[in-house]
Amino acid sequence: MSSLPQRADVVVIGAGIVGNSIVHHLADRGWRNIVLLDKGPLPDPGGSTGHASNFIFPVDHSKEITALTLDSMRQYEKFGTLTTCGGIEIARTEDRVQELRRRMSSATSWGIPSELISPQQVGELMPFLDTRLVRAGFWTPSAAVVDPLQTGVLMRQHAHELGALTVSASTEVLGIDTTPGRPRPVVARVRTDRGDIETDHVVVACGVWSPRIARMAGARIPLTPAVHQMIDVGPIPELAATGQEIAYPIVRDMDPLMYERQSGADLEIGSYAHRPILHDPDDIPSIEASALSPTQLPFTQEDFDPQMATALELFAPILDREDVGVRHAINGLLSITPDAGPLLGETPEVQGLWSAAAVWIKEGPGVGRMIAEWMTHGSSEIDLHGADITRFYPHQRTRSHVLARANEGFNKTYGIVHPREQWASSRPQRRSPFYEREQELGAQFFEAGGWERPQWYESNRPLLEEMAENAPAPEMLTDRPYEWDRRWWSPITNAEHLAMRQRVAMIDLSAFAQFEVVGPGALDYLETMAVARIDRPTGRMIYTPVLAPNGGFRSDLTIVRLGDDEFRIITGGADGARDLAWFTAHLPGDASVTLTDITSATCTVGLWGPRARDVLAAVTEEDVSNDAFAFGTVRPITVDTIPVLAARISYVGDLGWELHAPAELGRRLWDVIEEAGRPHGIVPAGIGVYGTTGRLEKGYRLMGAELEVEYDPVEAGLALPKVKDHDFIGREAYVRARGHEPAATLCTLTVDDHRDATGVRRYPQGGEPVLTTSGERIVDRKGRGSYVTSAGAGPSVGAYLLMAYLPPEHAVEGTALTVGYMGERLPVTVARAGRTPLFDPDDTRMKG
Amino acid sequence: MNVLVCVKRVPGTGSTILLTDDGMDVDTRHLGFTIGPHEECAVEEAIRIAADHGGQVTVLTVGPAEAAEQLRDALSMGADHAVLVDTGPGELDPEATADALVQAVRQLQDEAGARFDLVLFGNESADAGHYQVGVRVACELGLPMVGGVKGVELDTDAGTVRWRRPVAAGVEVYESSLPAAAGVAEGLNLPRYPSMRGRLRAMKAVITTLHVDVAPSGLRKTGLRRPAEERPATVVLGSGADSAGAVVDVLEELGVA
Amino acid sequence: MSVFTIIEHDDGVVPAACLQALTIAGELAAGDTVEAVVFGPDPGLGSVLAANGVTTLHVVDHELVTDYSPEIYGESLAQLLKQAGPAGVVAAGTDRGNEIMAQAAARSRLPLATNCVAVTADPGAWTLTRARVGGLLLEDAELTASTKLVTVVPGPGDDVSASPGASGLLTQTFVPDLAADFVHSRLVERTERGSGVTLATARVVVSGGRGVGSSEGFAPLEELADLLGGAVGCSRVATSNGWRPHSDQVGQTGTKVSPELYIACGISGATQHWVGCMGAKTILAINTDPEAPMVTRATYAVTGDVHEVVPAVVAEIRRRADIRAGRRPALA
Repeated sequence: MSSLPQRADVVVIGAGIVGNSIVHHLADRGWRNIVLLDKGPLPDPGGSTGHASNFIFPVDHSKEITALTLDSMRQYEKFGTLTTCGGIEIARTEDRVQELRRRMSSATSWGIPSELISPQQVGELMPFLDTRLVRAGFWTPSAAVVDPLQTGVLMRQHAHELGALTVSASTEVLGIDTTPGRPRPVVARVRTDRGDIETDHVVVACGVWSPRIARMAGARIPLTPAVHQMIDVGPIPELAATGQEIAYPIVRDMDPLMYERQSGADLEIGSYAHRPILHDPDDIPSIEASALSPTQLPFTQEDFDPQMATALELFAPILDREDVGVRHAINGLLSITPDAGPLLGETPEVQGLWSAAAVWIKEGPGVGRMIAEWMTHGSSEIDLHGADITRFYPHQRTRSHVLARANEGFNKTYGIVHPREQWASSRPQRRSPFYEREQELGAQFFEAGGWERPQWYESNRPLLEEMAENAPAPEMLTDRPYEWDRRWWSPITNAEHLAMRQRVAMIDLSAFAQFEVVGPGALDYLETMAVARIDRPTGRMIYTPVLAPNGGFRSDLTIVRLGDDEFRIITGGADGARDLAWFTAHLPGDASVTLTDITSATCTVGLWGPRARDVLAAVTEEDVSNDAFAFGTVRPITVDTIPVLAARISYVGDLGWELHAPAELGRRLWDVIEEAGRPHGIVPAGIGVYGTTGRLEKGYRLMGAELEVEYDPVEAGLALPKVKDHDFIGREAYVRARGHEPAATLCTLTVDDHRDATGVRRYPQGGEPVLTTSGERIVDRKGRGSYVTSAGAGPSVGAYLLMAYLPPEHAVEGTALTVGYMGERLPVTVARAGRTPLFDPDDTRMKG
Repeated sequence: MNVLVCVKRVPGTGSTILLTDDGMDVDTRHLGFTIGPHEECAVEEAIRIAADHGGQVTVLTVGPAEAAEQLRDALSMGADHAVLVDTGPGELDPEATADALVQAVRQLQDEAGARFDLVLFGNESADAGHYQVGVRVACELGLPMVGGVKGVELDTDAGTVRWRRPVAAGVEVYESSLPAAAGVAEGLNLPRYPSMRGRLRAMKAVITTLHVDVAPSGLRKTGLRRPAEERPATVVLGSGADSAGAVVDVLEELGVA
Repeated sequence: MSVFTIIEHDDGVVPAACLQALTIAGELAAGDTVEAVVFGPDPGLGSVLAANGVTTLHVVDHELVTDYSPEIYGESLAQLLKQAGPAGVVAAGTDRGNEIMAQAAARSRLPLATNCVAVTADPGAWTLTRARVGGLLLEDAELTASTKLVTVVPGPGDDVSASPGASGLLTQTFVPDLAADFVHSRLVERTERGSGVTLATARVVVSGGRGVGSSEGFAPLEELADLLGGAVGCSRVATSNGWRPHSDQVGQTGTKVSPELYIACGISGATQHWVGCMGAKTILAINTDPEAPMVTRATYAVTGDVHEVVPAVVAEIRRRADIRAGRRPALA
C-alpha cells in the first residue's frame, strides 16, 4: 500500500487506458511527481477498460478520430499488445453498400489501405458466416485487437522507470478543492480516503464516473454511462483449433448494428441495436456491490433477444449448435456524449481541471499523448476541435440534454449518419428574436451551438423558377437526383443566393458569439491573442486568425475597436463556446481586463446585396454612403427606433452590413428591415447561403473545416503582409512558417463533370479524397493527404466548388485532378490556388 | 420419466451484500438474478434424465412475475414446460412457499393431467437457505425425499431411484420407489450453458401462470442485517518468491510446518 | 414446558454441534426440563446428557428405526412431539439435523427456523436470529407456534464420548406408529471415507482459484498440502473450468471448512467462496492483487504470482527440514 505524497505536480484520476497513457506521456515530456489514483484495484480497477471488446477498426469518417486511432495503434504496436487480424464491415442492404463506398472514400482520405470486397471474398476471409446474407464487405487488413490492461501496466512501468510516478490503487477521491481565482476557480487539492494531495493540475480520466468526479470541483463533464450488451458464445471447436485469441477477422454486421469477433474458443457478440439503457454516474455500483465489476452490470436478456437471432442467422454454421452455449453475458457500461465525441481538455469552469473522458479503447493511447502535449505545450499535434470539452455551451452540459442526445444517438453508433444530419431531441434550445417570423416563413432550422438557425426558407420556393432565367447553371435550381446528395439540403439555398446577388437578402446571424473586452489592459491582451494588429483606430473591424502555440489555427474571428479600451469579439456560433474558453483562460490574472459574454444580449441581421444600401438608407437617418461608411468600419447608428451597431463587412461578398441590436428589439429590427426591403425585393436567406454558397464563391475559410490546428495561416492563405511587433500566441511558429514555401496551399476546385458511371449527377459533400487523374492519393511533404474540406454550389459562378489543401506541384490553377466519391471518381480542376475568390476577385461589389 | 424441477429466483452475489434502506431485503439493484447453483444442477439433471429415459421436464417457480426470467433460463437449457406461480414481490416464508408449490403441483396434476415421476429441488435456496421447502412439498405429496444428493441412478424397470450423497463419514446411497423427490446439491453435474437456439426457443415459449392462495406461517422475518465485521489489519509478509522465508516462519509459528 | 433436543450420535460419540444445541435448549427451557431424543437403542448417553442438564431421554424404538431414513426419523419425531407437546425442539443445524427437523416440521405442519445463531424465549414467541448465506447475512425473525422448531448453526467444539455408568436420567421408550408400507427412502449402501485427510477436517487447506490458471497449476499446491499434512481445496472458478472436481470446492455451495490455516492461492474472495473458508482460524492469501477482498480479509498476505510464491515456500520448507535433519541443504 503506497503512501500518498502531500504535493504533486499533477494528479491523474482513473487508471484505465486513458489515465495510464496520460501518465506515460506526461513523464515522457518531463513531468515528475505525477500521482495516479484509482478507487479500484490494479491492473483492472473495474472501469470500462476492463471489459471492452478491445478491437480497433481504424477508419472513421472523422479525420480527428481516425488520427487518434492511428496514433493509438502505433502505441499499442510498440508495446507489443496489438494483434492484427483484419476486419470486415459487411453490408446486408443497398443503403449500407453505399455507406461502405463512403467508408472507402474516408479510408482513402486518411490513407488507410482498405478494399471493397464481394460476398465470396468475405466468405474466404471469414469462413463461418452465411455469405448469402451479405451484399458487400469493407475489408481493412490493419484492423486489430489490443490488450489495454497490459498496455496500461507497461505505460505505468515506463513512468515508474523515469522516476515520475506514484500509483495509488484502491484510493477513493472524496473531493477536489479549488481556490478562488480570476476569472475562474483554480484547482488546489485532491482529497482522498488515504490523504490529501496539493496540486495545480488534476486530470479526470474516470470514464463513466467522470461527471461525478468533475462535479466535486464544480465542473461538468457532459457524458452519461450507457449499456452496451455483449455475450460470449462457445466453445466452438473450429475456433479453439486455432489455438489463438483471434485468428479470423473481426466482423462488423453493420445493418443490425452488431459485431462478432473470435475470442479464443468463443465468439464474442456485441450490439448497439438494443434500446438505449442509460445510467446515472452516481448509481454505478461500488466494486463491493457489483456481481462482476461496477461497469459489467447484469445482462438484460430481453433487450438482446432480437440481436441473438440476427447473429445466429449470420453465423449459423458455428453458432446453431446445442453444445455451443452462451457462457458470459454482460450489460457493459461505456460513455456517451451529446455528439458522440470525446471530452478532452481543460474544463471551462475550473482552471487546472482537465477532462480526458468518453474515450474508446481505440483512441485511448493517442488521447493520452495529445492531453500530455496539450498540458505541456498548450496545443496538441492532432487537431481536437471536435473533442474539445469546451465546445459545449452551458445548456449542452446539462444532464437532461446529455440524456436526450444519448438516447437519440446510441443507435447511431453503427448507423449511417449523414454529414448534415440534424438532431431531433432537446430542441429547440436557443431561439433568436426572429424565430417566430422565420417559422412563419417556413424556415428549415439547423442547429449550431444550440441555436436554431434557418438553413433555407420554404417561402422562397417560388424563387426556384424566378431565378432560373438568368442562372449561370440552371440545374442548380432543381433537386439533386441522388437521395443521399439531397438529404438535408434544398435547391432553395441556391435560389436565395442568386436573389441576394441580384437584389438583397436578410440573414439571421444571432448565433454569433459576442464578447465585450474592456479595460486598461484590453488592447495588450487582444494583441497577445490575435495575429492581426489590433491597435487600429476606433471604429475599425479587424479580421484575424487566432493561433495555438504551435502556429496552427485555434480560431478565426473579427475584433471591433469600439474605444481606446473597449473592444468586441465577434465569432461563429458553432465555435463560440470554445473561443470563450480560450479567451477566458488567457485573461491576465489582474483586473486590467474584463471579458463579458454578451451573446444573449444581442441579435444580428445580416443585410447584403446590391440593394442593401437602399434598404438601410430607408430606415436610418445616418449617412450610409460609401464615403461616410467605408468598408471595414463599424458605427453605432439608429435604425427606426433601434440602437444598432452596424458593421460594414461581408462573408458572402456583397455590399452590406451586419446589424447588431439589443435582443429585445430584434423582432422590431427584423420587421423594419423586411418592410423597408420589400420594394427592393428583399428575401430572407438561410445559413446555406451564408455558410456555404456565398462563402465558397468568395473563398472564405471556415473554422473546423479549412482552419484547424494542423494547418497554419501561410497554408490557409491567411498570412498577413507583415508580422506585427507585439508578441502573440503562436508567433514563433507563425514566423517560422512564413520563412519557407508552404507544404500545401488551400485551393478552390471546380467539379468538371458530375455524372457517375450511370450518368447520374453526383455531388461530393466534403471529406472525400482529392486524387490525381490516375486515381493516386495526393500527400504533401508533411504526410498530410489532400481531401475536400468544404463542398457546395457556386450558383453565381455556375460551378460546384470544393476546397482542399494541395501540395505545391498540384496547387497550380488549371491542374486537372479527380475526387473520389462513393466509389466514383469525378474530374475536377484547380480553379484558384490561394485566397483569391472565384466570384468578384477584386471585391468591388462589397467595397463599392 | 417426467421430471418436475422447482427453482427459485435469487439475486446474484458480489463481494459484499448490501441491504435495502428498510433492512428487509438484499439490495439487488446491481446484482441481477439467477437460478441458485443447486437448482441449476437440478435442471441439468432433469434434462439429462428426460434425454436418457424419455419424458418431459417441467420447471416450476413461486415468486414475483419477474421470475419468468429464471424459467426462461431453464427453458433455454432444454426444459420443456415452465410454470409460474406469481405471488408478487416480497419474500414468502418457507411454509407458504411450500404450500404454493403444492397447490401448483395439484393444479397441474388434477387440471392438466400432469404426472411427475421425479420432483427435484435445490437442497436449499441460495438466499434464504431454509432447508425445508422441498421436504414440505414432498411430504404433502406423499413422496419420499432425500437431500444433499450428488448422484442419481434410475432403475426404470424396478421403478426405483438411487440417490448418492456425501456425508461427513463418506458416501450414503438411498433407494426410493418412484415417484420420488430429492434435494440436489451442486456437484451433481456441470450444468450446460444455454445454446443460442435454446435462448430463442425460450423467448417464444409460453409460460403457464397459476394462481394460489397462501397464508403466512409462524415464522416471521423482522429484518436483515450484516454481522459486525471485525477485521484485524492484514499482515503483509512480502511479495513474490522473496517472501518464502517469512511465510514459513508463520507456518512454524502456527505449528503446521 | 420442556424443551427437546435431538442427539445425533455416532457409536456413542456425541458431536459438539448437538451439545451446543443442548446448551441453547437449556437456556430456552428457563427452568423447565430439557429432554433429549435419540433414534435407535441408547448407546449409553445418559451420563453425558445428564451432565448437560437433560432430565429425560426419549429413545425412539421401532423395527424400521435402524439405519437413518429421513422420512422415518421425521415421522417418528412428529409423532413424539404430538404426544409430548414440548414448548420447542432445538437440533443441530447439521445436514441430518436440518433434514430430520424439516421432515418433522412438514409432518406436524409446524414452522421451522433453521441455522439460528441466537434464540431467545419471549412470552408467546421465540425471537431468533438465523444465518443466511453462510452467516454473511443475519435474519432477525419471530417464531410463533405450539411447538417451536429450531436448528442452530454448529460452532467449533469437541465431540464427547459416552461413558457408561449411572446417570439418574429418566429414559422413556417411544414406539412410533409406522405402517409396514410407510413411504420412505432406504439406506442401501454406505461407503466409509478412507483414513486420509479430508477437506472438511484438515488442519491445513491449500486452496486455489482463478490465479492458478489450469489443472496443472495445482501441482505445487498439492505438494505444499502434502508437506503440511493438509488437503487441497479450490474456488468455484476452478471447478467450473474443470481444473478440480467439485468435491474440492470450498464455498457456499461446496464444502465449508474451518482449519487452523487456510492458504488461499490466487482466489479473489467472492462471497460465494468466503462463506466456505471464513471459519478458518488463520488465513494466508497469496494474490497478485493486493486489494483483492481475500487479501484484505486475510490474517497474512503475500503479494505475488502463485506460480512463484508457492514453489518458493515449498523449497523453503524442504530446506529447513533438511537442516533440521542434519542434511546439507542443496544449493539454491
